[in-house]
Amino acid sequence: MEYTILILLLPFVSFLLLGLAGMKLRPAVAGAIGTAVLAVVAVLCYATAWEYFAAGRDASGVFPTLVPWNTVWLPIAGDLHIDLGVLLDPISVMMLVVISTVSLMVHIYSLGYMKGERGFQRYYAFLSLFTMSMMGLVVATNIFQMYLFWELVGVSSYLLIGFYYTKPAAIAASKKAFIVTRFADLGFLIGILVYGYYAGTFTFTPAAATLAAAGTMIPLALGLMFVGGAGKSAMFPLHIWLPDAMEGPTPVSALIHAATMVVAGVYLVARMFPLFIGYAPEVLHWTAWIGAFTALYAAVVACVQSDIKRVLAFSTISQIGFMIVALGVCTSDDPHTGGLGYMASMFHLFTHAMFKALLFLGAGAIIHAVHSNEMSAMGGLRRYMPLTHATFLVACLAIAGIWPFSGFFSKDEILTACFAFSPVVGWVMTAIAGLTAFYMFRLYYGIFWGRENRELHAAHTPHEAPLTMTLPLLVLAAVTCVAGFIPFGEFVSSDGLAYTIHIDGSVATISLCVAVAGIALATWMYARREQPVADRLAERFSGLHRAAYHRFYIDEIYQFITHRVIFACISTPIAWFDRHVVDGFLNLLASATNGAACLIREMQSGSVQRYCIWFLGGALGLTILILLIC
Amino acid sequence: MDYTSIFPLMRAELTLTAILVLLFLYDLIAGERGRRWFSAVACGLLVVQVIVTLVPAPAGELFGGMFRYTPMDGVVKGVLAVGALVVCLQSDTWLRRDDTRHKQGEFYILTLSTLLGMYFMIGAGHFLMFFIGLELASVPMACLVAFDKYRRYSAEAGAKYILCALFSSGLMLFGISFFYGTTGTLYFDDLAARLTGSPLEIMSLVFFFSGLGFKISLVPFHLWTADAYQGAPTAVTSYLSVVSKAAAAFVLFTTLVKVFAPMVEQWQTLLWIVTVLSITVANLFAIRQKDLKRFMAFSSISQAGYIMLAVIGGTPLGMTSLVFYVLVYLAANLAVFGVLATVEQHADGRISLGDYNGFYRTNPRLAVMMMLALFSLAGIPPFAGFFSKFFVFTAAFQAGFRVLVFIALLNTVISLYYYLLIVKAMFITPSDAPIAPFRSDNYTRVSLALCLAGVLLLGVVSAVYDGINALSFGL
Repeated sequence: MEYTILILLLPFVSFLLLGLAGMKLRPAVAGAIGTAVLAVVAVLCYATAWEYFAAGRDASGVFPTLVPWNTVWLPIAGDLHIDLGVLLDPISVMMLVVISTVSLMVHIYSLGYMKGERGFQRYYAFLSLFTMSMMGLVVATNIFQMYLFWELVGVSSYLLIGFYYTKPAAIAASKKAFIVTRFADLGFLIGILVYGYYAGTFTFTPAAATLAAAGTMIPLALGLMFVGGAGKSAMFPLHIWLPDAMEGPTPVSALIHAATMVVAGVYLVARMFPLFIGYAPEVLHWTAWIGAFTALYAAVVACVQSDIKRVLAFSTISQIGFMIVALGVCTSDDPHTGGLGYMASMFHLFTHAMFKALLFLGAGAIIHAVHSNEMSAMGGLRRYMPLTHATFLVACLAIAGIWPFSGFFSKDEILTACFAFSPVVGWVMTAIAGLTAFYMFRLYYGIFWGRENRELHAAHTPHEAPLTMTLPLLVLAAVTCVAGFIPFGEFVSSDGLAYTIHIDGSVATISLCVAVAGIALATWMYARREQPVADRLAERFSGLHRAAYHRFYIDEIYQFITHRVIFACISTPIAWFDRHVVDGFLNLLASATNGAACLIREMQSGSVQRYCIWFLGGALGLTILILLIC
Repeated sequence: MDYTSIFPLMRAELTLTAILVLLFLYDLIAGERGRRWFSAVACGLLVVQVIVTLVPAPAGELFGGMFRYTPMDGVVKGVLAVGALVVCLQSDTWLRRDDTRHKQGEFYILTLSTLLGMYFMIGAGHFLMFFIGLELASVPMACLVAFDKYRRYSAEAGAKYILCALFSSGLMLFGISFFYGTTGTLYFDDLAARLTGSPLEIMSLVFFFSGLGFKISLVPFHLWTADAYQGAPTAVTSYLSVVSKAAAAFVLFTTLVKVFAPMVEQWQTLLWIVTVLSITVANLFAIRQKDLKRFMAFSSISQAGYIMLAVIGGTPLGMTSLVFYVLVYLAANLAVFGVLATVEQHADGRISLGDYNGFYRTNPRLAVMMMLALFSLAGIPPFAGFFSKFFVFTAAFQAGFRVLVFIALLNTVISLYYYLLIVKAMFITPSDAPIAPFRSDNYTRVSLALCLAGVLLLGVVSAVYDGINALSFGL
C-alpha cells in the first residue's frame, strides 16, 4: 500500500503549485486544480480504507497496524529517533476517510461560495496545505511526526482564519487562535520530550518495562500532551479561540473548526489510549471531567448566542466535550467491560464530522443568501431556500439525537458508556444532550421559521445557493441519514476485536425522550412569530442571560490576566532590564569595538618596509612570549 | 626502485603537469579562433584533474621518503582542484577583455603552476621538497597578482606581494636551517624523533610558522593581505583567498602534528595567541572597510583564525573539521567572489560597499546568491557554514581550549554584524544609481550554481562529513 504516501504528497504538490504559480492562473483553473487533486486524494483514501479493511483481521482477531512507508528523519541517540512515515490502523484509516470526504465537499462548496473573492487561488493553496497537514497528523508513525504536522495544521488554520486579512477582526481572531493553541502546544511539546526521555522512543508502542520503570513520569507526559490536545480541541478554559475563529470563510469553519482540526485533540487521546488506560487511568478520568464541564458550559452559552456561526461554534465545543468524555470514562480496554467509550467517541467523531460540516455549510449558504451572520436578519427562510432548509433540518435532527439519524447512534453509545462509568456522569451528559436539542432547534426556528425580517428580505430577496454549494449539502445529508447504520464497532474498538453495537433500550429511550422534550420546548418558545416566553425568560433572568451571552466573561478574565498581571507586573520590568542592561552592555561592546578599530588602523599603513618590521617583530615577539610561557 | 608505484601515488602531480604542458602547447598552436575556446579546454582538463585526484589509492612513500601520499592528501588535492576549477570558470569574462585576451594561456599556466606547487608542498616528506613546493606556489602567484600590469594597483600589489613573500621565505629558510643545525636532518620522520624543544628550536619553529602564517595570512603576518587582495584581479584574489590558504592550512596541520609533535605545548601556545589575534584584529578592521575586496581580505583573515581552531587540537576530529571547514569556506567565499567579479565586469569595476545599495532590486538572483554565501560565512544555520563552524568549535573544545572557543564565539557576533552590512546594503538601503540589471555569462552561472549547491547541501548531506571523517583517523 505504498501509494498511501501520495495522500500526503498530492495535496502538498497542489499547495506548492497554487501557492507559487497561483497568481498566474485564472481563479477558476486554480479552483479546478485544487478540487481535482483533492478528488484524487479522496479516491486514494477510500481505496486505502477498502483495501485495509478488506484485508481482514490477523490471527489474533485484530486489524494489523501497517506501516507502508517510513524513513528515519532525525536520529537522536540509540533507539531514540524521529521518523516520518505512514501508519495505518483502524482509527487512522477512519480519519483519512473523514478528512478527505469533508475536505472534498468543502473544496467543491468553495467553488461557489468563494467565487469572485480576492485571493481565490491563495485560498485553495491554503486548503491544500491544511489537508496535507491534517492527513500527516493522523497517519503519523510517532508522536513527534504528529507534533510537526500538528503545528502545520495550526499554521494553516491561522492562515485561513486570517484569510480576509484586511478585516481587523479576522486578523485578531487568527492571532488569538494561533497564540492560544501555540500556548497549549507548549504543554504538548514538553509532554513529548518527557515521554521521549522516559519511554526511550517516540513511537506509540514503547517497551512495557521502560514504561513501568518511568513511574509517575508517563502520566505526567500524557497529561501534558492532553494540554496540547485541549488547546486544539477547544476544551475549557482553552476554548476561547474557537468562537472568534468564525471570522474565517465559512467553508473553512466547516472543514477546520468543525470536522477535522478541532478533533485532533480527541484523536490524540485515542492514539495514546493504550498508554492512558494502562499507565494513567486517573489522568484519563480527569479529561472526562474537563470534557463534561466544557460540554455543559458551551451548551449553555450556545442557548443565547445570536450569531448563527457562534451557535455552531459553541455546539462544536460541546460535542467535542462529548467525545472527550466518552474516552475519559473508559476503565479498561475491553469494550464489553468499561471500554465502550473508545468506540463511542470515534463513532461520534465520525458522525459529528459529517453533520457538523453539513450545518456549517448550510449556515454558509444562508449567510451567502442574507449577507449577515445575525439571526435577526433571518427568520422564515424555509420558503426561499427549501433545499438548504431540508438538509439543515436533517443535521439538526442528527445532532439532537433523533432516530434514525447518525447522531442518535453515536450519542447513544456515549451515554451508555457514561452510565456504565457513573450514573452522575450519565445523567449530566443526558441533560446536556437535551440542551443540545433545545439550542439547535432554537437556531433552526430562528433561521427558518420565527420572526421574519421582512424589510431586509424585501430589499434583497434571499435565494437558494448554486449547485456547487447545494451538492455537498445533499451528499453530507445523505451520509448523515445512513451513517448510523454503519456497524462501526466492527472496524474500530478499544481492544481491536470486533464489537457488535447493540442499542441499550433504556438509555435509548431516555435520550430520545430528552431530545424530543428539548425540541418541543424550542418549538413552543421559538417556532411562532411572537416569542413571549423566550422574551420573558430573558428579562426575568437578565443577569444570567447577559453573562451567558458574554460567554461568562472568560475572554475578559484572560484579558485581565494577560494585560494587568502578566504584561504589567512581569513583562514590563523584564523589558526594562532588556532595554537598559542587556542592550546597554551590547552597545558598550559595540562602541568599544569601534574604538579599538580606530586605534589599530595605523598598523595597515601600506608601506612594505613597515609590514616587514611588523612581520619580524611579530615573529620575535611570539618567540619571546612562548619562551616565557612554556 | 619500482617506478610503477610512482603513478598511483603521484597521479595528481603527474596529470597536473601533463595538463600544464597541454595548455602550453595549445596556447602556442591554437590560433585566434582556437583561443576562444581556451576556458572551455582549461576547465574540461581541470574536471579530469579533479576526477583523477579523487580516485582513492592506498597510502605510500616515494624517493626515500621525500614524497608521500595519504588518502586524506588526495581529498585535499581534489578540493583544491575544485577551487581552481571554480576560479577558472569565474575568470572567463575577465580574460576575454581586450587587454587580457592575448595572455589567457599565461593565466592558466601560472594558476596551475601554483597549484602544482601546493601539491608538492602537501606531499612533501622533507623540508627541501617542502620549500621548493612553497616557492613554486609563491612566485607564479606574484605574477598573477600583477597580472593587470598596466593597472597601477595591480602592479603595486604584485610588488608588495613578492617582497613580503621573499621576506617570509627568507625567515622560514632561516628557521629550517637551524633545525638542520640542531638535529642534522630535514626528513620529517627523523626530525620528529630528534627535536628537543630547546629555545633555538622554539625560535626556528616560530620562523617556520611565520612562513606558513604568511600564506594563510595570520596576524601578525597578514599585512600584505589587504593591499594584495585589493590590487589583484578579482579572480586572482579569490584564488589567493581560498585555494592558496587552504593548502597552507592543511600543510600546517600535518607538519605540526607529525613533525613538531615533541613541541606540542609550544605550538599550541603559539596557535592560541595567533588565533585570537587573527580573529579579533581582522574583525576590527573588517568593520570599517568600504572596498569589498579589502573587506573580503579581512574576512578571510578572520576565517583563517577559525581554521586554526581546527588545527590547535591536533586531533583526528580537528583534521576532519579542518578539511570540512575548508570545503565549505571554499563554496561560500568563491560564491561571494564570483558575484563580485561578475558585477565588476558588467558595471565598470564598481566594487565598493555603497555600489551595492539597491542591488536586490536590479539583480535579485545574484543578491540572494550573495546573501546565502554571506550567511554561510557568518555561520547562520541551516547553511553549511554553521555546521563547519560548529565542528571546528567542537574540535577545539574537546581538545580543552574552552577560553579560545569562547573568544571565537564572541567574534562571530562581530563578524555577523559586518556580513550583514552587505546584506543590508543589497536589500534595504535604497540607491539613486544602483547597478543596472545584467545577465552574467554561462561560465559564471555554472560556477555559482556549484557554489550554491555547496552552501546549501554540504551541511545537510552528512555523507560528505562522514566521508572525510573516515579518512582522518590515523591522520
